[in-house]
Amino acid sequence: MASTITIEVSRYRPEEESEPVFQSYEVPLRSDWVILDGLNYIKNELDGSLSFRWSCRMGVCGSCGMMINGEPVLTCAAFLESYAPGPIRIEPLQHFPVVRDLVTDMEDFMGKLTTVKPWVVREEEKPVEEGEYKQTPEQLADFKRYSMCINCMLCYSACPVYGLEPEFTGPAAIALAQRYNLDSRDEGNDDRMEILSHDEGIWSCTLVGECSEVCPKDVDPAGAIQRYKLAGATSWWKSILLPWQK
Amino acid sequence: MFESDPTLTIAVVSKVYPMRSHTVSAEGGAAAVIKPNDSLEDHIYDTISGADWMCDQDAVEAFVNEAPKEMLQLEHWGCPWNREEDGTVAVRPFGGMKIQRTWYAADKTGFHMLHTLFQTSLKYDPIERFDEWFVTRLLVEDGRCQGVVAVELATGRIQPILGRSVILSTGGCGKIFPFTTNANIKNGDGMALAYRAGVPLKDMEFIQYHPTGLPFTGILITEASRAEGGILVNKDGYRYLQDYDLGTPHPKPVLRSMELGPRDRLSQAFVKEQEKGRTLEGEYGHYVHLDVRHLGEKIIDSRIPFVRELCLKYENIDPVKEMIPVRPVIHYVMGGVHTDIDSATPLGGLFAAGEVACVSINGANRLGSNSLTELLVFGARAGRSAAEFAKAHQGFTNGIESQVLDEENRLNTLLNSDGTEKVADIRSEMHETMESGAGIYRSRDTLEQSSQKIRELQERYSRVKVEDRSMTFNTELTSILELGYMLDVAETIIQSALQREESRGSHQRTDFPERDDDQFLSHSLAYREDDGSSRVDYLPVKITKWPPGERVYGEKK
Repeated sequence: MASTITIEVSRYRPEEESEPVFQSYEVPLRSDWVILDGLNYIKNELDGSLSFRWSCRMGVCGSCGMMINGEPVLTCAAFLESYAPGPIRIEPLQHFPVVRDLVTDMEDFMGKLTTVKPWVVREEEKPVEEGEYKQTPEQLADFKRYSMCINCMLCYSACPVYGLEPEFTGPAAIALAQRYNLDSRDEGNDDRMEILSHDEGIWSCTLVGECSEVCPKDVDPAGAIQRYKLAGATSWWKSILLPWQK
Repeated sequence: MFESDPTLTIAVVSKVYPMRSHTVSAEGGAAAVIKPNDSLEDHIYDTISGADWMCDQDAVEAFVNEAPKEMLQLEHWGCPWNREEDGTVAVRPFGGMKIQRTWYAADKTGFHMLHTLFQTSLKYDPIERFDEWFVTRLLVEDGRCQGVVAVELATGRIQPILGRSVILSTGGCGKIFPFTTNANIKNGDGMALAYRAGVPLKDMEFIQYHPTGLPFTGILITEASRAEGGILVNKDGYRYLQDYDLGTPHPKPVLRSMELGPRDRLSQAFVKEQEKGRTLEGEYGHYVHLDVRHLGEKIIDSRIPFVRELCLKYENIDPVKEMIPVRPVIHYVMGGVHTDIDSATPLGGLFAAGEVACVSINGANRLGSNSLTELLVFGARAGRSAAEFAKAHQGFTNGIESQVLDEENRLNTLLNSDGTEKVADIRSEMHETMESGAGIYRSRDTLEQSSQKIRELQERYSRVKVEDRSMTFNTELTSILELGYMLDVAETIIQSALQREESRGSHQRTDFPERDDDQFLSHSLAYREDDGSSRVDYLPVKITKWPPGERVYGEKK
């Protein structure tokens, strides 16, 4: 029985390489090890210079997304065995600039996050002393799914539109905008529509649904975008037919 | 705060993007009195008795009084709390709490709290973020903290970030131990930074084991699984907690009883059960079973869906059909940077809040669902205190520049050093000695052995091997710096545990099995000496209205 598996890791150190090269390592093939355990084995035992991000190892911090054999995957939630006999090819998430080895630059997303106003917008704040805003379990269920995003960036890597059109706000950020739009405590729908209706990306979204396919938290960004298109079209028709109702 | 004072500017410096912080992993809930059948007095008493009277009662009173307001504030900011049919916030039972008062967002409470806070912070322009900047030193001059030195990970740039006041909120240090629920980033950074700047670490001997972690990964199976009715059984299928003064078994969960007893007592019962040969043995040591099968798929999926997801994805077990293997796992450190009730440390301009700090409200054993609330209450207090301090202290003093140069030199020397000791070796030997010497049960012998070992590791650490000399996202460098933090904090844990010759809460000495209020109703304060050793001093515990009593769980006798 094979007791090891080969991992081919994309290496890129800007001081040394002008472009990424692959480096192979043999790691123990243990039934309870995930790919991230394999990477840590490399880091601890074979090559201290390999760089990658990770933290919680329980699929909730969102740090350890990478391309595994060409697919975006959370490496803490993917067993080595499911890729046996290997080799396993590991690359940084695609569609992002690479900082070093498996570390990508996610500043673009961080900027986009702010533009969709992911916070409760209200005309009037109720004083905290007056207690909670009432929200029924059904109202909670309306937006709960879209609140589960861990910002792992797998959907951006999977999205063919984002790959071609980096201006596109993108699946996770739009899903988050919907999360607040659908929250009964929020009144910021119009603000966000204003921003997103200019987003060429939404209209270029072909609803291939790759983003929802790869989402490890079942957020369904494709569904969120679809709802936006509907709401966007409705609001456009309204502005034509009922311009005084702005 | 910005609404009250628009002149303030704030820098958030974090070694990971803020939404990656470890609060994200907290599952069960956050406690605050909100229901008409509950009372502030009850929450105070549960917290104090849970803490085995090691907490400061004035701090607990402030905490419990302010908790509902801070939790409501988070609700107003959009936190998706679970709800009752009438739209009010729902609460669930939790270990050591006599009344249901734990707010929850399914079993991803920490995740939702963190994301809500972070997303809300994005609307405030005066907040400038330094994402993925790793802090290596506090700048202390003229008796006050005036900022930090940090490395920008993407570029390797070393730079001072000045601040008229500084708040540490870096969390705990679970990674000092081998088997922990803590994320990779929990290395006691803030504790070590303060300790090296002369600030004492308080009550470091009190480390919480959570009774139900998955073997190997240490992934936490939330207490909510027991609150919903999950039971703990030994290899014979017997609910063994009934043998350890924790009440008698009932089909439905009973508050402050059996599986809903406090974490320290449950973890200790596991060790006793192991000694009797009644646990199961697997590849990663001994374990028992957590059984939630009788709850049924519907309850499991609605109340503890993350538990099922974690078991399926990481342990290949379906809790709807199978029992979950669990063992005690390092979860939380009650101790931390010594602060007062206003989150101020003894060093001017330095404040701390959350797990990094010790106010103390958690004493010798924290109750589940108090820590998330603690972040909010003492985080807000720290913010107010820091703002006041900043307003009273304009400008920065000379002399800081030379400290920054010193620090640059230190880091560059390290990066270019020629050591031979592997960071992973030192780290795993530290893990081993901390578990064997300072685990659930300790004694003078085990602690002295660990103390010696940590000294040896400190010495070897000065010759640590550096393979990666790149300035770009050098995670070997950060691992080395983190190991340095952990070794310093490990030393304070051992010395504080050695000096405390009694057993209380999570600190159990086999050679001193009784609680000793005459000698030890005091907080330990570990100070760093010039030679790197710890000197332990004491500060009396503040008692306001609740004199030390017996901790009673299960039915009253």
